[in-house]
Amino acid sequence: MTMRTVDYRARMHAGYWAFAVHRASGLALALFLPVHFWALGLALQGEPGLDGFLRWTDSTAFKLGEWTLVMLLAAHLMGGVRLLLIEFAPWSGPRKSLIALAMGCGVATGLAFALALIV
Amino acid sequence: MTESLKVNVWRGTDVGAFASYDVPRSASQTVLDVVTHIQRRIDPTLAYRFACRVGMCGSCAMSVNGIARWTCRTHVASVARDGALEIAPLANLPVIKDLVTDMREFFDKWAKAKGQFKGTKTRHDDFARIAPASPERVAADAGIECIGCGVCYASCDVVGWRPAFLGPAALNRAWTLVNDPRDVAQGERLRAVAGDAGCHACHTQGSCGERCPKRIEPTAGIAGLKRLAARAAVRGAL
Amino acid sequence: MSAIRTQALLWYGQRLSAMVLSLCVLAHLAGIIYAVRGGLTAAEILGRTKGNWAFGAFYAVFVVACAIHAPIGVANIVAEATGERGSWSVAIASLLALAILAMGLRAVYAVVAP
Repeated sequence: MTMRTVDYRARMHAGYWAFAVHRASGLALALFLPVHFWALGLALQGEPGLDGFLRWTDSTAFKLGEWTLVMLLAAHLMGGVRLLLIEFAPWSGPRKSLIALAMGCGVATGLAFALALIV
Repeated sequence: MTESLKVNVWRGTDVGAFASYDVPRSASQTVLDVVTHIQRRIDPTLAYRFACRVGMCGSCAMSVNGIARWTCRTHVASVARDGALEIAPLANLPVIKDLVTDMREFFDKWAKAKGQFKGTKTRHDDFARIAPASPERVAADAGIECIGCGVCYASCDVVGWRPAFLGPAALNRAWTLVNDPRDVAQGERLRAVAGDAGCHACHTQGSCGERCPKRIEPTAGIAGLKRLAARAAVRGAL
Repeated sequence: MSAIRTQALLWYGQRLSAMVLSLCVLAHLAGIIYAVRGGLTAAEILGRTKGNWAFGAFYAVFVVACAIHAPIGVANIVAEATGERGSWSVAIASLLALAILAMGLRAVYAVVAP
């Protein structure tokens, strides 16, 4: 049965975007984790093992990737805190202000990380 | 304000196409007025539903420019960008013809969620005493005005992604009964609304509360059901 | 255990692990922003982590929480993207859980064990 699905125009509200960012960031982080653990596991070969990998992290492309992941992590964290409040705290609406806060924290974390990388 | 509207209306069933009509504009015109004009003056084969036309029954719910709304309460002036309108049947429901959807699954899911009151008292018993300001009654009252129009159901992506998902209206109704101390089917009801076909599949997108014309927020009730179901599961009572 | 009870418990586990992770991630973000300043070398990292059992305990908890939290979320995504063909989502989620647990604990050991 080819039923009509929800139109893209009906998805244009803050709560939906919060869901989309939360899902996309969660998926990206979930796929990133095994790679992250593999890289750290190189320490089993001692400092040379880990340093060999860390040389790759000096490239701009890599730093851009790291920076993106850090922001996605911060966004996922704050979006998740919003969801925990919605599901466990007394109801006080869809807490849209927390969506703005989540975005703000994502940007702030991104700035802090970028500064730490550059300075 | 343009003199006439260019209105694209869905014709057909689940398979079909948009047909274009020119409809004269008038003051305080609603989208239902537009559909009615098309059916009465231009094309009598157009099928659509309405009843009260004053925002009480929910029968006229349709997709207007992609968003589910009550057409009798949607002023053309607020939705017709550049004198153009797109009217389609509600999403997530099979189309019977043109703007008319088959609402059976919507109401079947209401029943599946145990959305019926079950009590044991009779006329020979004393009245139940319910404090209006008790947290349970306040929670129930927040959801009790639902008239089953289907706008939330048609706005929910999870309904589209999980055919078995009960949907916001059914879960909201279950929540109002879960908060009714007179009801005796609580265990049964919690089992009916828990799990991936029930409350646990809700991703808090909030489209339901965003679009509900009665400003009900099923997300609130669904969050409550999630908490109750989780606790019952831990206790082994689910 | 009924399917419904399993699903309810999975939801609960995912939310509880989320609460744990909210603290872990906060600490981790602060830590990496601090550590990344002035470049990153193995000597710097391992100098801080080797023999640091408190650090190890914290990150072991972090790994376990991730191993519970991420797969349940991914299972939902797979189920909804493939039209609820349940067996795929369970398989992929279990694989991810195993991978995160095994590789994560190995990584903690790798940087903490002296």
